[in-house]
Amino acid sequence: MKILVCISVVPDTTTKISFTDNNTRFNNQGVQYIINPYDELALTRAMELAEASNGTVHVIHVGTADSEASIRKALSIGAHEAIRVNAEPADAQFVAAQIAAVAQNAGYDLILTGRESIDYNGGAVCGLLGQLLGIPSVNVASKIDVSAGTATVEHDIDGGREVVTVQLPAVISAQKDLCEPRIPNMRGIMAARTKPLQITEPGAATAASGYVAFELPAPKQGVKLIDAENPAELLYLLRNEAKVI
Amino acid sequence: MSIIVFAETTETGYKKSSLEAVTVAREIANRTQAGPVVAVVNGQASDAASLGNYGADEVLVLPGSATHSPDAAAAMLAELARNKNAATVIISNNYTGKSIAPAVATTLNASLATNVIDYPDTSAGYKVKRGVFSGKAFAWVELKQPVKVLAITPNSFEIRESGGSATVADAGVQVAGSRLQIQSVNKVTGKIPLTEAEIVVSGGRGMKGPENWGMIEDLAKALGAATACSKPVSDMGWRSHSEHVGQTGITIKPNLYIAIGISGAIQHLAGVSSSKVIVAINKDPEAPFFKAADYGIVGDAFEVLPKLIAAATATSH
Ligand SMILES: Cc1cc2nc3c(=O)[nH]c(=O)nc-3n(C[C@H](O)[C@H](O)[C@H](O)COP(=O)(O)OP(=O)(O)OC[C@H]3O[C@@H](n4cnc5c(N)ncnc54)[C@H](O)[C@@H]3O)c2cc1C
Ligand SMILES: Nc1ncnc2c1ncn2[C@@H]1O[C@H](COP(=O)(O)O)[C@@H](O)[C@H]1O
Repeated sequence: MKILVCISVVPDTTTKISFTDNNTRFNNQGVQYIINPYDELALTRAMELAEASNGTVHVIHVGTADSEASIRKALSIGAHEAIRVNAEPADAQFVAAQIAAVAQNAGYDLILTGRESIDYNGGAVCGLLGQLLGIPSVNVASKIDVSAGTATVEHDIDGGREVVTVQLPAVISAQKDLCEPRIPNMRGIMAARTKPLQITEPGAATAASGYVAFELPAPKQGVKLIDAENPAELLYLLRNEAKVI
Repeated sequence: MSIIVFAETTETGYKKSSLEAVTVAREIANRTQAGPVVAVVNGQASDAASLGNYGADEVLVLPGSATHSPDAAAAMLAELARNKNAATVIISNNYTGKSIAPAVATTLNASLATNVIDYPDTSAGYKVKRGVFSGKAFAWVELKQPVKVLAITPNSFEIRESGGSATVADAGVQVAGSRLQIQSVNKVTGKIPLTEAEIVVSGGRGMKGPENWGMIEDLAKALGAATACSKPVSDMGWRSHSEHVGQTGITIKPNLYIAIGISGAIQHLAGVSSSKVIVAINKDPEAPFFKAADYGIVGDAFEVLPKLIAAATATSH
């Protein structure tokens, strides 16, 4: 099986979010970048599926040279090859168009993404890729098994979970429970140094949207403490002051 | 130029998020002098005309009575959007909606914005406000294509009844096939889905063990709330993974979030900080949650909860 995993590179989950240039740009001063946590799950599951079928795993990232450390990490976790499309990932539609251009006719049986990137929270690339490539897509999978050209996928739906089967090739987005993410070992890190990292220039697609400004939520007024002996007071305030019950 | 809105039915009527979506479609139609508002209904629609009360001018019912797979619904929705010369397509930002919106946007060559939390600003260009960084910030995004597909976040818009009426017709499209074969569905019944809930009661590791969750459920019941939990709680199997909120779980935006025995780690707050009002109950006065909360009780959950449940039960009728 030949699997493509889409890797987004995002600020570490503990990052304190702030903006610069009059709130038009994310302030990346001192920010630690990591592989999007869901993509790490996608990559690990891809490795497991490839190992079971003598297959190969490629990772693709749309981004600038700044992300190369994260791409190398994906290789040290076990991916066989990496592709970087050398462009700012302007929006989900641009990213998906670039990935689709690479994946078209490349013979991937399975394409995995994360359920969403934890920075821009689009949750769109999986569905976009499916439509662009004319293959089925399944969102937020917590289980993916493949046999005889068919994927069996357990995934979240509104108010529950569902098991579906789809014919491969297909694109599936990963969430927690899919597997335990692998941590690179020394051998993997050494091997990653010599694995191919191909850099391609972007195709013609243009972004359908652009970020113009950012805002932080209004700071909280400060907590109003209620005596632990009198929790009924809390209900009174929620009803008459906050008006939420 | 019409505005198309996708409305999903439940066993008992329309999803609350769908009524929000119809309201949003009406309001955008009014503000941008576009129209009519065409609601496309997925599933059984016995009271289709009632969508007129929320601002629909026309209701089109998709063929095939059962709820469609997202790919089939997307194909039919895109076809209707094209037939109706839609300028905007409004879809809920829930699991179903997020599976449909990208396909619709691609087919229509439209700009897509998911996680939209406010009305578009059309004073210059077309900008929408979305939640980013898992609720830690918001962004204004300019949508450049003539057609826009907006996936709107539940509980972000107030439902408005306009008192209007709508015509109802069959959508007049062929049933689209699906490439997804559904093998089994496991729906949590009799509970309020977390993403739709207006009130959420949530427990953390401070609750000590699954055997103590009766108190969380009792409080939720008295308040008409859904239940949630922190990541360690679902990791340890005390509660189902579907209740895990936060950076790596579900992002929610209820009117009221009550956190009990949860420390308030940044990754937890990421998923809940957009809640309108936050209550923290924690025995540690230094717990970070108190910095993110509007109301707080410093105390032992095992002493506070029984009193709180008793008070809530007494006033819930
Ligand atoms: C990459 C990454 C992603 C993560 N994603 C998430 C996520 O999505 N969601 C999430 O929740 N976490 C997430 N976490 C974990 C997060 O950092 C915290 O570890 C977690 O939220 C802590 O859960 P907790 O507050 O239930 O437990 P604890 O931190 O152990 O806090 C328990 C709290 O209960 C209080 N307490 C104890 N006994 C009582 C009592 N009797 N009465 C009242 N209060 C009591 C304590 O004072 C304490 O504040 C993530 C971490 C990482 C690294
Ligand atoms: N710049 C990117 N390069 C490669 N894959 C990406 C990129 N951005 C997002 N993705 C993939 O798409 C998924 C969903 O991202 P999003 O739609 O941006 O929330 C991520 O988890 C990645 O798998």
